[in-house]
Amino acid sequence: MEFDRAVDAKGQSCPMPVLMTAKAAKEMESGQIMFLEATDGGARSDIPAWVSQTGNELVESSEEGGVLKFYIRKK
Amino acid sequence: MSDEQESMTIIAFSGDLDKLWPTMILSSTAAATGMNVTVFFTFWGLFPLVKEDVRITGKDAMTKMLAGMNSPGFQGAKLSKMNMGGMGKWMMRKVAKKGNLMPPEDLFEICLDMGVNIWPCQMTMDLLGIEPEQMRPNLGEPVGAATALQVMSKSNISLFI
Repeated sequence: MEFDRAVDAKGQSCPMPVLMTAKAAKEMESGQIMFLEATDGGARSDIPAWVSQTGNELVESSEEGGVLKFYIRKK
Repeated sequence: MSDEQESMTIIAFSGDLDKLWPTMILSSTAAATGMNVTVFFTFWGLFPLVKEDVRITGKDAMTKMLAGMNSPGFQGAKLSKMNMGGMGKWMMRKVAKKGNLMPPEDLFEICLDMGVNIWPCQMTMDLLGIEPEQMRPNLGEPVGAATALQVMSKSNISLFI
């Protein structure tokens, strides 16, 4: 999937993946796609929670070799 | 999601390191989620807001003694249990660093950047003789219980930590 912005939160603990996602989203335009990678297990539920709480859209999520991958569309 | 901005208020009563951590994690995360966040620092919770180079606060022997038992700044914060003269605190910080958990003082800076309202308790400052110039910069104006309650009454989430 194509994306406009990549965020690497691998190795970061709670709450950093969410804080990094929010910071990047702030700098993005509406409709743009963010590609986020995280290894913190909490991110599995935290990122979808943040996405729904902020009204953004989780386009796709997957897990590969312990790395959680999310594609988020900014509202 | 409603159009009205959600809000969270935390009463930060404890100056313990292991309680400052969740306060700072929840505050920064709530702010990142678009919530309006206020943290009201009162009683022992006020000491982390005192500048680290201020060795002792207080206006008389008793308040100075109380300050002596509560080292200033986030660096002065002890563990609520198993502090073991600073050994427990040292281990906790070491474990956190190894686990890539950001220290509370760094999360506090992030909170300030994200516009979290930091309100020192005026009454505690007066009671313990902590002067405004002894506190770290960029804090909100000191307020009292009624102001804290006013914001809590309108908050979706109110916590006492």
